[in-house]
Amino acid sequence: MSAYQWHWGVIFEPVPDTGEFYYQWLLSGLGWTLTTALAAWCIALLVGTLVGVARTVPNRLVSGLATAYVELFRNIPLIVQMFLWFFVLPEFLPAAVGNWVKQDMPLPAFSTAVMALGIYTAARIAEQVRTGILTLSRGQKNAGLAMGLTLWQTYRYVLLPVAFRVITPPLTSEFMNIFKNSAVALVIGLTELTFQMRQITGEYAPANPIEVMTITSVLYLLVAFSANRLMAWLERKTRIPGTIGGGQS
Amino acid sequence: MRVSLIALAVASTLTAAPALAEELTGTLKKIKDSGVLNLGHRESSIPFSYLDDNQKPIGYSMDLCNRVVENVKKELKLPTLLVKYTPVTSQTRIPLMTNGTIDIECGSTTNSIERQKQVAFGVSTYVTSVRMLTKTNAGIKTLNDLNGKPVVTTTGTTSDRYIKQNEKGLSIDVKNVYGKDHADSFLMVDTGRAAAFVMDDVLLAGLIANAKTPKDFAIVGPALSVEPYGIMLRKDDPQFKTLVDKTLVGLMKSGEINAVYNRWFMSSIPPRNINLNLPMSPQLKEALKTPNDKGV
Repeated sequence: MSAYQWHWGVIFEPVPDTGEFYYQWLLSGLGWTLTTALAAWCIALLVGTLVGVARTVPNRLVSGLATAYVELFRNIPLIVQMFLWFFVLPEFLPAAVGNWVKQDMPLPAFSTAVMALGIYTAARIAEQVRTGILTLSRGQKNAGLAMGLTLWQTYRYVLLPVAFRVITPPLTSEFMNIFKNSAVALVIGLTELTFQMRQITGEYAPANPIEVMTITSVLYLLVAFSANRLMAWLERKTRIPGTIGGGQS
Repeated sequence: MRVSLIALAVASTLTAAPALAEELTGTLKKIKDSGVLNLGHRESSIPFSYLDDNQKPIGYSMDLCNRVVENVKKELKLPTLLVKYTPVTSQTRIPLMTNGTIDIECGSTTNSIERQKQVAFGVSTYVTSVRMLTKTNAGIKTLNDLNGKPVVTTTGTTSDRYIKQNEKGLSIDVKNVYGKDHADSFLMVDTGRAAAFVMDDVLLAGLIANAKTPKDFAIVGPALSVEPYGIMLRKDDPQFKTLVDKTLVGLMKSGEINAVYNRWFMSSIPPRNINLNLPMSPQLKEALKTPNDKGV
């Protein structure tokens, strides 16, 4: 009985008829994965912080809208959201705009993926920011206001600096997740790492799928672990001894 | 009494197929020893191998494989042979074949030189050609009409390679976009995100037949590539391959395969009673006339 013919060097072989090599495809995929995840992270951090803060403000309307945002985007599977943004949204736009989005918008898969991933992750970050703020004793906010700071200044100089330090561990997970979640963008045709893996293991170099899948997994592992180390470094650098979440001094 | 039993056994051995005269090896031995044949099938490769309403695998390749199973039963004198069905994907079929999880794969696998490094194929049972699906009102007839337009192919297939090859020759420039699966790629054309979908003609025919208004879509242009499909087997397993090939060549020579073809490609098939309406291509007729297992 024949056995599986292992060939780890398969990624260094040329792609038939293209003049390219398989490892170049994987690297290009890795590049898109990193770009997409980092761009989406910027959106997620910005929107997530705003929405998270909005959930804790006294104004009922603002906090209600923020809550609605979180529940909407956190309760729909990411893959469905990607699909909705890409295939369904253009159909509801005015015909001219819809056609522009579908045919002339630059990098359609990339821009849609960044937006969808950013908006989805923002809902999760918002919850963590809210948690961080609510962890602090109510006296902090009252003290800030009593000292004559405006509500905005209280958030900016008293609450958020500590809240962000408190939520660094869950934010680390979220930062690692965004790289892995970016793989979902292959459903709208983004040529990221998992896409390239499927491309190679499908019909191009079909004889050695296990090696290509393993190498891809290791690449994800390296990316996520680097993100983890980066956040751990950030956590150490920004630590304030004596505050909640400041750790041992 | 005992003597006559032995005589009977000897007589039946002598009249059995010659393959049994030699010692069983490979997959046939594995099947004989375990009494189980593991058959790998696809879940949505219409009309080759897919699940019907009762989650039972059916299709053109499945019909052909069932004839192989019948012959295995006869050859091994195992009327109670148990057939175990295992769903496979284009990513899992080769590892599952080489590690022994499946003994025969009945799907829509291209017989390629690359794959022959890991597995073997029975004689080709189908020949597909890669062509373009477009909207009828899009006015696209040739590759040249695609210049500057987005063209979709499905992830994991090599169809984009044929566009790339052909665009070089014609110095046309297309935007390559990708769908996760054939249904997604079709949706891209349907919603206007892509001007054409490049894929195996039989898959395109299936998508059109399933569409809300099949009239809106057409398969156009020349064959960008021609590929044979084969039933996949383990490598270096001559006894089993001989049995499979004998079964298939028998069906081809007797013309029975035409009836099987018509059942799946020229008449209504489950689950939605669509008709692919895809007559045999000249390439397929040729392959059935001179059975071979040459890869591309």
